Amino acid sequence: MPSIAKPLARHPAVQKNALGLGIRDYEGSMSTLCAGCGHDSVTAALVRALWEAEIPPHMIAKLSGIGCSAKTTAYFVDGAHGFNGAHGRMAPLATGANAANRDLLYIGISGDGDSLSIGLGHLGHAIRRNVRMVYIIENNGVYGLTKGQFSASADVGASRRKGEPNRFSPIDPMMLGLSMGATFLARSFSGDKKQLIPILKAAMAHRGLALIDVISPCVSFNDHEGSTKSYLFTREHEVKLTEADFVPPEQEIRVSIPADGVRGVTMHDGQVLKFRSVHEGYDPTDHVSVMRYLYERHNADEIVTGLLYVDENHGEMHEINETVDEPLVRVPYAKLCPGAAELAELQKSFR
Amino acid sequence: MAVALRQVATSGVNDFAIKLANVNGTGSSSANSLLMQALFRMGIPVSGKNLFPSNIQGLPTWYEIRANKNGFVGRAETYDLMVAMDSQTYVDDIREVRHGGYVMYDSTWPPDLNLRREEVTFLGIPLAQMCNDNFPSPRGRILMKNIAYSGALVALLGIEMEVIAELLDEKYAGKEKLRESNQRALHLGYDYALANFECPLPFRAQRMNANRDSILIDGNTATALGCLYAGATVAAWYPITPSTGIMDAFTGLCQQYRHDAATGKNNYIVIQAEDELAALGMVLGASWMGARAFTSTSGPGISLMNELLGLAYYTEVPIVLVNVQRTGPSTGMPTRTQQADILLCAYASQGDTKHILLFPGNPAECFDFAVRAFDLAERFQTPVMMLSDLDIGMNDWVVPRLIWDDSYEPDRGRVLDAEDLEKMETFARYGDPDADFVTARTLPGVSAKGAYFARGTGHTSLGLYTEKPDEYQEVVDRLSRKHTAAAAHLPAPAIEGTGSKLALVTLGSCDIGAREAVDVLRGRDIELDYMRVRGFPFGDEVRSFLDKHETIFVVEQNRDAQLRSLLTLETDVEKAKLHSILAYGGFPLSATTVIDRIVEWKER
Repeated sequence: MPSIAKPLARHPAVQKNALGLGIRDYEGSMSTLCAGCGHDSVTAALVRALWEAEIPPHMIAKLSGIGCSAKTTAYFVDGAHGFNGAHGRMAPLATGANAANRDLLYIGISGDGDSLSIGLGHLGHAIRRNVRMVYIIENNGVYGLTKGQFSASADVGASRRKGEPNRFSPIDPMMLGLSMGATFLARSFSGDKKQLIPILKAAMAHRGLALIDVISPCVSFNDHEGSTKSYLFTREHEVKLTEADFVPPEQEIRVSIPADGVRGVTMHDGQVLKFRSVHEGYDPTDHVSVMRYLYERHNADEIVTGLLYVDENHGEMHEINETVDEPLVRVPYAKLCPGAAELAELQKSFR
Repeated sequence: MAVALRQVATSGVNDFAIKLANVNGTGSSSANSLLMQALFRMGIPVSGKNLFPSNIQGLPTWYEIRANKNGFVGRAETYDLMVAMDSQTYVDDIREVRHGGYVMYDSTWPPDLNLRREEVTFLGIPLAQMCNDNFPSPRGRILMKNIAYSGALVALLGIEMEVIAELLDEKYAGKEKLRESNQRALHLGYDYALANFECPLPFRAQRMNANRDSILIDGNTATALGCLYAGATVAAWYPITPSTGIMDAFTGLCQQYRHDAATGKNNYIVIQAEDELAALGMVLGASWMGARAFTSTSGPGISLMNELLGLAYYTEVPIVLVNVQRTGPSTGMPTRTQQADILLCAYASQGDTKHILLFPGNPAECFDFAVRAFDLAERFQTPVMMLSDLDIGMNDWVVPRLIWDDSYEPDRGRVLDAEDLEKMETFARYGDPDADFVTARTLPGVSAKGAYFARGTGHTSLGLYTEKPDEYQEVVDRLSRKHTAAAAHLPAPAIEGTGSKLALVTLGSCDIGAREAVDVLRGRDIELDYMRVRGFPFGDEVRSFLDKHETIFVVEQNRDAQLRSLLTLETDVEKAKLHSILAYGGFPLSATTVIDRIVEWKER
């Protein structure tokens, strides 16, 4: 995601991951977003997380809708297929893609307009189906590409650059996710790479839809004094709920809930997500207490960040469908066509 | 009324039309289709058309059966026999009986005497009374009334009792109580008719051997079979009449044929989407991955899918979409048939778009064209829409037994694998077109070298974003040429004729009624050549047929003459020589409509 063109020459000492790839191999084309855009920081965190997670670039599929957020799929992993689709329709495209090829890692990048207005229905149903994918909402409370209209995540009382306040209630993707049966919910801040990278890696390992709400300030239209999605406001009102760390299996340490608030959640593939609860006794697997806590903090005008909720026991779409293990795109045609003799046999009942 | 009066009831063998007027939700439709099935098994060309309301219980519903030894089994419009079981519609139903025809009614509650017509014979049977006397449960009495009048029809029409009894045995195999009560009800009606009326009537059924190599199938089931045989693995849809039967059938077939016995898992996935936007989005995502994926819908769904049809067209992702057309505009009449989505589908979505359309004329073609739709979509990397309709989709038709060629291989079009990519210096998604203006595509998950960024925004031949006129035009001009080139690969029009200067052009389910009209008119010294268009874009055969004829009647089921419009837009045909014959009231086309209009033209 470089915002300036970098030379192609590489220093031989540049660190490689286990696939022999440097971090530059996970970058994409040059960003055309505004200088200082929160989205570029999210892209940078993604590049780092994908590199650290050692995902082969061709095994990644990137999808997006329309808007500033949608552009970012071009700014990471050039070696991955990408689909910049239609406004709000990222989730259906990802669902169909995953249905056909369950082997890829799906990274869906959306925005608050894309996911909370025009694509709200699709988001809800992708959550219900528990489509295995990383679903990132780059949330800035504003329509950037059309120059600054409020989005559905804008808080009541937040004002536009020219002063008029929003009067409609905001949609909080985390509360929405909780009520719809989401199995992985996290919120972070684009300016906090340290928190975001482990969350992204945990989301990649999650067996289901991992929804990440990233507050990502819009420097051009929503970083002013009356905004509640500005860098300053977010820094002043953020409550870090958890500090996550993602531990690959070979480094696994078995953790129970200890007094210091560190808890390990074992992902389906054996990897362990360790996170430290800042709020004593916070249990991200307890749906009811998570919901209560989020309501309380919301009413206190606080933005809770961290891994908020995780459920590794709920089946993802293919498990529910009982699809074959190999991706449907690789099932040979001979296995799919019943053949002439079966057709003749079947037609005996059509008389 | 005028039509009925000048139509005289037929006499003789294997040429009659009957209509059964019922209240919906009373189980009449299964009894009625049983009669049609019995005629089919007697080897007689027959059709059964269910004219039903958009309702679950209580509204009028009709079922028409037409038997015709020459195979002309399109809708009749007037009838030799009316089974009048719905007092709400007595007036209209009795009016539709041909001069010298018959009305069968329930004499437990006879219709108003004023409705009687002198030249029509009324056959009263105490159906409700007989069923009340014989069956204890209220629901059973209602259901058995249908079987009882069926029994009377068996006697009146000379249907072989063994055939219908056998059908009941098959239907209720293992359900002894139901089997017994159905057989009993059947005999109640049968015995009453034999004892009280002169059986059979002057028109009647007699065993033939026309159906030896035929099956009875609805277009939706045939479409689902085509998708199964084409190797579709991903299906996404949103429930909508009249297309729902496709996914019901596809799911059932997959449970039967796509369940992997070794692993106990499924070689398919059917997703009921949250709306049609999502359904097409899912197909788009799956096809992008390289799966054969499809959706089925009807007009309102097409309206919603417009957005992503444009995306698929511009990103060049194969899409297979089946539109089982119903009556518009808006919600229209959801359970009535029409062919009014032709223009909507041909140019669906914003901007310059053109799509490949297939027009099956019967369920057998639904099967064949469904398979071809996948081949064409992948060959031309574009949406292919098959336009069926409610008449084809939801009614059982007698068609030749479906044939499958085991040597069939799916045409996956120009897809590069890892090895191909290895040999290339660079890959340009929209560069290097072949003779049909198709460029090579790559599938995700294969090779980083083949990775590209599919986008609905303006793009260059490399797939990169552009706002430059020449780069943009290079791609959209190729898309236009690609569309034109597809014409040669579509099903050719079905053409019959002897070189007359007069012609009839039609499409889809109009086929059977239109061909009957041609046949009848030949008997009246009006010789018409015939062409049924089976695909869009139009190819050379369509153009040359239009060129060769001086006066052309274009028969279609919509108000605005959409096929005629498409012909004038996309060929050089002189508009004035195309005369529209339009039937758009929601019922299948009847030959009478076509005959009347052409005779009128001739006599003018």
